[in-house]
Amino acid sequence: MFSLSGKLALVTGASGGIGKAIAEQLHRQGACVVLSGTREEALKSVAEQLGSERVHVVTANLSDGEQADALVKRAEEVAGQTLDILINNAGLTRDTLAMRMKDSDWEQVMKVDLESPFRLARAALKGMLRRRSGRIISISSIVGTTGNPGQANYAAAKAGLVGMSKSLAQESGSRGVTVNVVAPGFVETPMTDALPEAARERLLGGIPLGRMGRPEDVASAVLYLASDEAAWVTGTTLHVNGGMAMV
Amino acid sequence: MSNNEIADKVKKIVVEHLGVEESKVTPNASFIDDLGADSLDTVELVMAFEEAFSVEIPEDTAEKIATVSDAIDYISKQKAS
Repeated sequence: MFSLSGKLALVTGASGGIGKAIAEQLHRQGACVVLSGTREEALKSVAEQLGSERVHVVTANLSDGEQADALVKRAEEVAGQTLDILINNAGLTRDTLAMRMKDSDWEQVMKVDLESPFRLARAALKGMLRRRSGRIISISSIVGTTGNPGQANYAAAKAGLVGMSKSLAQESGSRGVTVNVVAPGFVETPMTDALPEAARERLLGGIPLGRMGRPEDVASAVLYLASDEAAWVTGTTLHVNGGMAMV
Repeated sequence: MSNNEIADKVKKIVVEHLGVEESKVTPNASFIDDLGADSLDTVELVMAFEEAFSVEIPEDTAEKIATVSDAIDYISKQKAS
């Protein structure tokens, strides 16, 4: 079950907590993995942990449209095979209440969190449709469904991924290409580690499963959607949030 | 590139993309009604024409390219101007 042997996967934001866990899971199941991100050293260190085989590093700054457009092709060139699985994981936050949110805060988040996934999907679909197979999985967030104060930009972008993926799923279904979303809740990362103790306690109180998520929890959901076993699942959003929001 | 060359190349692309017999790719053949294309196929065809002939086919024109001769005529006109 869930073998990805012979498949090529591109993971953006692969040096981050969730991105790294996704890369590890896909690699463990036999995929050749291209790690992308902005920090070359961090990506190389993830690559080293994965071992010497079936792993490549391609740096790209996804706030630059041209670099986003070119990334799928570069990944295919470095790996020497065509792309089977695209994981749109890269994202950033520019949190602040709307009244204080600058145009640049809005634009930066839209550019990286919503526009670049579209650019990557557009580039990937061209080959996937022709080959009659492919998986596109975008990492959204529970806040795309629930909203969150201070994250009007981020929540809008993450909700946008859902609408985009449903549209792409309808466009490409006849060719056996599936397009899905994984929406994590609160996952232990350096970002959530910085929360004050009281805020952490309050957060845990709202999670029926009683703990924060681990990057592996998210990665397992991604692995399922990337696998052949998920062939009849498309346009869906898989919520991985410990029961915090049952939507 | 002569009009005949354009016609031959268009037919070749149609045969390759839709996997149909060359004999079926007549000038009046409709991509959807006669050659079994769906809407995605027609988009892929237009993109293949754009690439092969280095022309840009705007969206509203692309919608009107329904038959083999529509494609040949449009590309010939673009190439002549």
